[in-house]
Amino acid sequence: MSDFVSSFWSGYVAVITLVGIIGVALFVWIVTAGQAARKGKADVTGHVWDEDLVELNNPLPDWWRWMFYISVAFALGYLVLYPGLGSFKGVLGWTSHKEYREEVAEAKKQYEPLFDKYLKQDIKAVAADPEARQIGQHLFLTYCSQCHGSDAGGATGFPNLRDNDWLYGGEPENIQTTIMNGRNGMMPPFGPALGQDGVKAVANYVLSLSGARHDAALALKGKAIFATNCAACHGPTGTGNQFIGAPNLTDKIWLYGGSEKAVVETITKGRSGAMPAQKDNLGEAKVHLLAAYVYSLSH
Amino acid sequence: MEAQSTYNYKVVRQFAIMTVVWGIVGMLVGVVIAAQLIWPNLNFEPWLTYGRLRPLHTNAVIFAFGGSALFASAYYIVQRTCHARLFSDKLAAFTFWGWQLVILAAAITLPLGITTGKEYAELEWPIDILITLVWVAYAVVFFGTILKRKTPHIYVANWFFGAFILAIALLHIVNSAELPVSLWKSYSAYAGVQDAMVEWWYGHNAVGFFLTAGFLGMMYYFVPKQAGRPVYSYRLSVVHFWALIFTYMWAGPHHLEYTALPDWAQSLGMVFSLILLAPSWGGMINGIMTLSGAWGKLRTDPILKFLVTSLSFYGMSTFEGPMMSIKTVNALSHYTEWVIGHVHSGALGWVAMITIGSMYYLIPRLFGRESMYSVKLITVHFWVATIGVVLYIVALWIAGVAEGLMWRASNPDGTLVYSFAEVVKAMYPFYTIRLVGGLMFFGGMLIMAYNTWKTVAGQKPVEALIPAAVHA
Repeated sequence: MSDFVSSFWSGYVAVITLVGIIGVALFVWIVTAGQAARKGKADVTGHVWDEDLVELNNPLPDWWRWMFYISVAFALGYLVLYPGLGSFKGVLGWTSHKEYREEVAEAKKQYEPLFDKYLKQDIKAVAADPEARQIGQHLFLTYCSQCHGSDAGGATGFPNLRDNDWLYGGEPENIQTTIMNGRNGMMPPFGPALGQDGVKAVANYVLSLSGARHDAALALKGKAIFATNCAACHGPTGTGNQFIGAPNLTDKIWLYGGSEKAVVETITKGRSGAMPAQKDNLGEAKVHLLAAYVYSLSH
Repeated sequence: MEAQSTYNYKVVRQFAIMTVVWGIVGMLVGVVIAAQLIWPNLNFEPWLTYGRLRPLHTNAVIFAFGGSALFASAYYIVQRTCHARLFSDKLAAFTFWGWQLVILAAAITLPLGITTGKEYAELEWPIDILITLVWVAYAVVFFGTILKRKTPHIYVANWFFGAFILAIALLHIVNSAELPVSLWKSYSAYAGVQDAMVEWWYGHNAVGFFLTAGFLGMMYYFVPKQAGRPVYSYRLSVVHFWALIFTYMWAGPHHLEYTALPDWAQSLGMVFSLILLAPSWGGMINGIMTLSGAWGKLRTDPILKFLVTSLSFYGMSTFEGPMMSIKTVNALSHYTEWVIGHVHSGALGWVAMITIGSMYYLIPRLFGRESMYSVKLITVHFWVATIGVVLYIVALWIAGVAEGLMWRASNPDGTLVYSFAEVVKAMYPFYTIRLVGGLMFFGGMLIMAYNTWKTVAGQKPVEALIPAAVHA
């Protein structure tokens, strides 16, 4: 595909480039021609400004002139070899796209067998292989650590991957599916439906489920609200539902914080968390190694 | 004609004093953002965050500090080398107050987050229009003075100032073409990679014409004056002037190597950047060789120390620039701290030091004194500033090369050895050294401010007579 809307612009670029480079070289050559004859004699031009500003007319140093001519020669040579003169492709036929494709192909040739070797193995077996875990960790640090942390300990809104508590299941297959296809966690906002007091009550009930500090009276009131509004996803006892990624509320693990304030905010405004799908980005073999690495963190 | 018998020193004085003031302000903001990189808690949302202060820093040092220095020196030099008073005192006064208003508007809008998002052209369209008006007035005053000159020839410094004024007008108008949607918001007239190319055509030539050609004009006057020696070679000034202004115009694409910019444009940017080396060095040779026969003065004259050291940094950074434009080098250096180090070897080493030297020559003469209040303090300023620059650029060289190498380091399985955060962590020691260097340079400016105050306080402004007869 040409970069130019018409062949005129290609020719225009080529012509002004060549005229420019050759012209500036000719200019230097003409102005400095004949200076050799006067070498060693630094005559003054005869002009005077502002009382005492005068100019000598020393010849240009030869090393300077040669440095200039060499850079011009290099430029012309480069433009013969590489694209530069309009749509002229250059003798080498180099393009940045081609170089990129070649480098990717080379990398694939080198690394794919390395990853494919593990693809044939069961994820649990891969997780037990120290060498594979090492590769998995490298992949994790490159692609996952931005959100989950370099120690996989997570952060607010980004699950801890070491605690063996799973939103979508912790079996190797679950982990692999999560990485391949991504996940969209969605807790709807209940602020408008429950009102401030309702939210506060149900929050205290939720806190009571894991034995956290709570207001017993409010919790009792919240229990009924929970049963009608929350149990559908989180289950009647609050143990969650891994099919839809509804967190277990009876443990002490909190994705968005376990203080009353944080829980109230979660219930009022809802939460949405997204784990992006890596299928197209990383491919099956790398995801296989990553799944094994993540599995190994808690097994 | 009484008014015509003196030079207009008033506007020169105003710009010279503001050069010192804006130098301190601009460099202080630089010190603050350098500190923010080490201590992120120093970001005070929303107005004083790094993202808003960084353009304030660049605008303040380039356009407020550098710009005031260029106005002051161009107005001084064009009068003294044309033996003519400025073309119009009123227009000259307009350029002073107009330019200060531009700076004030920048200092208010940028922390408020009002920006076009174009690097070095962040100011929004109403300010762009004011810049255009001031610049046209500047051109009228400058070229009008050239036209009414009493000297037969135009001095070389004025070629460079003239090229700088014309090129900046062209660059500013083309790059700032934008569609306003409200008083403080506009969109660029260009889209996608064309916008990027226009931006870097502008950006690189802002370096080439604002920060190079303009300051070479300064150099061509103050170096021979302070050294008391003739300019080394008239022929060299002709050659490097034309070669420099022609070649600079092509070099912008080297800011966009390995991007969506078409390959052919990237190649042109690279080869013209390499051709630019010799013309750039022409100015350095002409400046440094002007000292032949006066080398001894370097030992005792701190102003000359500033001027010659600035030329050395100019030579170094104009060598470094073409090298960094080579694609293979660029693949390592681009986006790293090396680029910031390179910029500051030019901005502190060349632009600021030639300005400081020139102002130390200029300021006493504008206030009827033989020299600055304390020559010793100039010497102290010189050493503090020089050590500061060296610390700054050496730290960022190491940081930049380390950063580039860490980014590309890969494991035997093809994965990256270092996560991004690990590379950031490795930068801390160098950020600290950079801050120390920057603080030293800033401290030097405070010494200059004190020295300037002591020089001008209580002094009557002088008006110099224009020589009646011209011997040419």
